[in-house]
Amino acid sequence: MATITSVCYIDVANGGGGHATLAYGKADIPANKLKVCKRKLQWQQWKTRFGLFSLLVSQDDCRVKMEDDTPVIYGLEFQARALASQLAEPDAVRFMVGTQSLKLSHNQVHVVELNEETGGLTAQVFQHGAGEVWTLAASPSDASIVATCYNTLTADNSCYMRSAIWRLPSQVGGVLDEVAERGGVGDLPALELVCQLDTEPHGKDVKVTCFHPTDGAKGASVVDNKFVIWDLNYGDIAKVTQSGVLEGKGQPRFTTGKWNPHHGCSQFVTANDGHVRSWDLRVPPVRSAWTVENAHCQLVRDLDFNPNKQYYMATCGDDGYSRFWDVRNPSEPAVARADHSHWVWRIRYNHFHDQLILTSSSDSQVILTSIASISSEPIFRMVDDDPQTGDTIPDAHKEKLEDGVLATYNEHEDSVYSVEWSSADPWTFASLSYDGRLVISKVPRAEKYSILL
Amino acid sequence: MRLDVTVYTRLPEKRMKSDFKKMEDEMDLLAANMESITSFSEQISCTLQDTRQQIAKLSGVHSLLKRLQFLFKLPGKLKVTLQEGNYSQAVQDYIHAQRVLQQYGNMASFQGIQTECEAIVEELKQKLRDQFKSKEASAKELAESVDLLLQLQEPADCLCAEFLAHAETHLGEQLTVLEGLQDQDIIEFVDIGSSGFLSDLCLVLASYKDMFINRLRTHDVQQCDELDSVASSQLGKFVLCNMQHYFNMVEKRVQREQEGGAGDTVVLVRALDRFHRRLHAMNNLYSDTDFASTGTEIVLHAGRRQCRSHLQSLKIHFCDTLTQVRQSLAAPKLINQGGDGSASLLELLTSLVLATVEKVKSVVQDLLVFCQPDVSFSSKPHFREVFCIDNVREGLVVGFLHHLTATARGFCDSGDSKSPPAILLLLSKMCLEFETSSVHYLLSQTDEWFNIEDCHGSGILTSETEICSNMRAAAQELLNHYVRMQGLSMLRKSVETRDWLHTIEPRTVRAVMKRVVEDIAAVDSQVGALYEEGQQTERSSDSSRRARSACVSRRVYRSNLSSYAPSQLDSNLVTNIQKLFSERIEIFSSVEFSKVSILTGIIKISLKTFLECVRLHTFSRYGLQQIQVDTHYLELYLGRFVADENLVHFLLDEILGSAAHRCLDPVLMEDGVVRQICGRG
Repeated sequence: MATITSVCYIDVANGGGGHATLAYGKADIPANKLKVCKRKLQWQQWKTRFGLFSLLVSQDDCRVKMEDDTPVIYGLEFQARALASQLAEPDAVRFMVGTQSLKLSHNQVHVVELNEETGGLTAQVFQHGAGEVWTLAASPSDASIVATCYNTLTADNSCYMRSAIWRLPSQVGGVLDEVAERGGVGDLPALELVCQLDTEPHGKDVKVTCFHPTDGAKGASVVDNKFVIWDLNYGDIAKVTQSGVLEGKGQPRFTTGKWNPHHGCSQFVTANDGHVRSWDLRVPPVRSAWTVENAHCQLVRDLDFNPNKQYYMATCGDDGYSRFWDVRNPSEPAVARADHSHWVWRIRYNHFHDQLILTSSSDSQVILTSIASISSEPIFRMVDDDPQTGDTIPDAHKEKLEDGVLATYNEHEDSVYSVEWSSADPWTFASLSYDGRLVISKVPRAEKYSILL
Repeated sequence: MRLDVTVYTRLPEKRMKSDFKKMEDEMDLLAANMESITSFSEQISCTLQDTRQQIAKLSGVHSLLKRLQFLFKLPGKLKVTLQEGNYSQAVQDYIHAQRVLQQYGNMASFQGIQTECEAIVEELKQKLRDQFKSKEASAKELAESVDLLLQLQEPADCLCAEFLAHAETHLGEQLTVLEGLQDQDIIEFVDIGSSGFLSDLCLVLASYKDMFINRLRTHDVQQCDELDSVASSQLGKFVLCNMQHYFNMVEKRVQREQEGGAGDTVVLVRALDRFHRRLHAMNNLYSDTDFASTGTEIVLHAGRRQCRSHLQSLKIHFCDTLTQVRQSLAAPKLINQGGDGSASLLELLTSLVLATVEKVKSVVQDLLVFCQPDVSFSSKPHFREVFCIDNVREGLVVGFLHHLTATARGFCDSGDSKSPPAILLLLSKMCLEFETSSVHYLLSQTDEWFNIEDCHGSGILTSETEICSNMRAAAQELLNHYVRMQGLSMLRKSVETRDWLHTIEPRTVRAVMKRVVEDIAAVDSQVGALYEEGQQTERSSDSSRRARSACVSRRVYRSNLSSYAPSQLDSNLVTNIQKLFSERIEIFSSVEFSKVSILTGIIKISLKTFLECVRLHTFSRYGLQQIQVDTHYLELYLGRFVADENLVHFLLDEILGSAAHRCLDPVLMEDGVVRQICGRG
């Protein structure tokens, strides 16, 4: 656990349920000189407030056995807001985090893998010296390819945003503990540049770069009021195949963009201010296909598509709402929820059970919601008609899943800018808060079984 | 003789002897005389015997002849009586002769008479039937003709059917007349219905019963019973069918009366009362079917519709009041003139609550007419239960209260930014007002007026606590929404519209910050108009520790920032450790119903928004210093609005800390300079 220089342990001699003793200090202080603080707090409170330390505890002998549902925490030494699941990796629960530091050369990309059996984490760290990472995207077809948008400085000390495609070095040298022993960031293996996306002719402010939902050779960048579709087949040069411009008064700016995985991936969807707009990519001059005007009364932060049900889209924004749309009826949302108390930064559909929705917000919470009413899964449970069991009394109260919050995750203490489902395990997800805390959590078992059974 | 004897007894015996001799002689003579008389009389009776027999024969022939004469004359006589219209005489005559005719019908000479008579009787029957069928015939005439036909051995079931068919057409006309009266006043309509249709129906009913059911049992008992049952069932069907028509018509008419608004309840109730009373009278006459209960049903339907339309009008009224409130809120004077604005906000609230409560009260009072003691249906338990409890209390009053909360809540869901935030505040306070007093007032008033106090605890009534807790939840939701609406947008523009990398050295507090403080002050007066002050934490015993710790942290921050160079790591660590041992600050705790709590909520969310905006930018040294000036300014002026000043300090520190993190050249200004700049502002 080299990234955290303090060493702490929790004395759980009282059996976890009673009082606990917390000791903290720097790693090089002898254990008997650790500052000790006794608090009368329930274990649960300790866990949620100081979740940061539960990981450290595992280093010490007074290890706390983690329950299956207990979130696992990974701490980064830098602030961070970019998180991605390694899409092309079908077996391992693996997430990638990009850091944000104005010491631009210090920035890193961490690849964190959850060992599902032990609940432990292993991580690889790569240097992203080009600048601070604002967004991170994983290629759908090559597990070692990522795209980042990063902030970098010019010689005259002004910032501008850039975007590039990178390859994770294949050598396994970046295991954390070793890095710690080596003690310097400079020794980290660096990401290999695949190609620099030439966004400069299109604008200054690159908001996001993402991949085609299935084809890793296609990418898209959202810049100012434009979006650009790249062909990545040509090695180190990305060729522009298409681009779209949003014209309008008051210099509209896109805030984000995403490929619509339906309709043969022929639509790219962008957000500007409170509006969402879809662009038809089939015929060369890119035209607007549909719009949802005033989807939110403030900025739209993020959007996602129901992977299993076309026309259904989720949006979230600065008004604190999550809204779910049937884009054929853009005048009003199919479902609207206001479970967060501040801006909602990210909204994600579960790819396997699309009634499960994750949202993360600057109120430091991650909320797992069930929106069964418009999901692709049948609302009513199938009645078990196995003749062997004889009595087939349907469990009446379980037949219909109501829309509502399933779980609230309080492990973060700062704004949570990102949340992503694992691409390997439908019940695991990661959330990342600004203070550099990555939390890997699970869907509560009860909910999991109520969906599966 | 006895004298003689007494005389003679006094005579001497000799004389007595002679006298006896004489007496004997005379007695013999007398006997001889008597014998001759007897023979004579025998002789006479013998001679007269023949004559007497002849006379008796003659008188027999005479009577026979007389009867024959009647028979022979009968056709003519029948014809005459027929022409005179004296049907009953004709029938009597015919029945008189009928048996003879039947007896001697096989003789040729009588056959002629019989056929002739029968032909005439057929004609008679025809005439009777015509009379029976004619539209002008009065009920009495009808009864007569039926009676006569029955005497003439017409089949009774046919007659029943015909009678009823006829009555049907007659009643049908009455109904058409009624139908044509749609534009009449409803009371008049009911009266005409009662005096026309219903009394005719009663008449038909009575005469039918007299004719077919209550007749003297002239024939054998079995036949009579059969007839009775047939007649009753036919009558039953008939009455049911006609009453059904009538009910349909009344129902429709009442419905029409209630179309397009509640109309005049008094008139409606009076009409319904009359209608119901008349049906009660019907019940006495025809006990097989309970028409009164059907009538009660109709009254209930009318009552329910009345409640519904009242509910509708309440909703519309509330909507209108809300629109007015919105308009007056949107009027600019409210925002600009602080003192006046808050006063009129309170006024608006009072008028909104009062107008709504009064309206509900008046509507409920209006419905009270249904339950006046002199109204015939008001005493029926079924009516009371359905109307008072289901319709008025649950449907109207409780329904409206639910509508109120739903409408208020709707302002949260819509998420549209068009409605002024003050309306959220107003509605929240309105729900609170309802929770504390109006709900109780309205419900208890309704319960008292409609005598349903005793139904509490039976589980059929929606409890007051349930509605109140609903109101409170709505109030809380609205307030939370208000806080969010105000907080999420404030301070945002202040960061986003600036290029923080290329800014000049700060000389003043930015105007936008001053505006923010002004806005908060405006919100403060707005909220203060409606809500109590609330508790502001005194900086004493308990909070002192936190205050100190905050101070410590700030000093650490400052020192750290000013000597920023060494490592970001350390400052990070310090913040983390600091966070560990100061109480966790709940930025998004629930808002209480007090001014301070509301303001604290808004300011917390605003500052959090400020923080988020800062984190999205990169700052130059001067940019950071500008933020330093701005946060100091906010620190000076926002403290007085919140419950715990430490909160503001904490959040402003976070903002400045974040700005420092996002700064390429993090060098802070001297505290003294900052104070000077802010003092100037």
